[in-house]
Amino acid sequence: MAEPWEEDEGPVKKFMYVNRKAPYGTIYALESLEVVLIAAAFDQDVSLAFLDDGVFQLKKGQDTGEIGVKNFSPTYRALEGYDIEKLYVEKESLEVRGLTADDLIVPVEVLSQDELSKLMDEQDVILSF
Amino acid sequence: MATLHTVNKSPFEKRSLDCCIRHANPGSAILLIEDGVYGALKDTAVSDKVSGALDGRKVYVLGPDLHARGMSDDRVIDGVEVVDYAAFVDLVTEHDRVQAWL
Repeated sequence: MAEPWEEDEGPVKKFMYVNRKAPYGTIYALESLEVVLIAAAFDQDVSLAFLDDGVFQLKKGQDTGEIGVKNFSPTYRALEGYDIEKLYVEKESLEVRGLTADDLIVPVEVLSQDELSKLMDEQDVILSF
Repeated sequence: MATLHTVNKSPFEKRSLDCCIRHANPGSAILLIEDGVYGALKDTAVSDKVSGALDGRKVYVLGPDLHARGMSDDRVIDGVEVVDYAAFVDLVTEHDRVQAWL
């Protein structure tokens, strides 16, 4: 039998997590990841957007051994296991930073600024980090 | 007489590096640390500005912060020197003062 809290699941909403900060310099990137993983338990329609310095979060080859901080970048590869498969990266943000999709630790969908803006407009909830 | 300038903010988000370069006199040194290391990368929107700063100044980038962010030494602008923590300390002792651009 279903538990009381499982019975009425309510409507599925579209949640987008917007990531605009580089990792390690501030706590935003790690906190975003924590919240995304919590939200994954609620069976909502979750997507992650990476733009501005947020694209640096997905850079391959992060090695934090020398700065004594946990390397949380492998967690992005685990998101698939939580049914979080919609990862969008803004093309213009990559270009300004000398990066390409090949530099990233996970497969993503690269979108133009216009495309990403339209996608943001389709969301029910936007969480900013 | 010489000053060691440190920059710890991303040049794509804040103007700290820009202000630093404009105020760093010839003969001074600039050390990029924390999110400031993104300023040391080749082929970005700020690479030319940093290459220009190398004229008359030394520019360093802290290796541990660079590597934490997934950037290898070969992505660093030619002429910018990658240093470790020990060299960071040496730079501080070799200069008369440290000016931090936050």
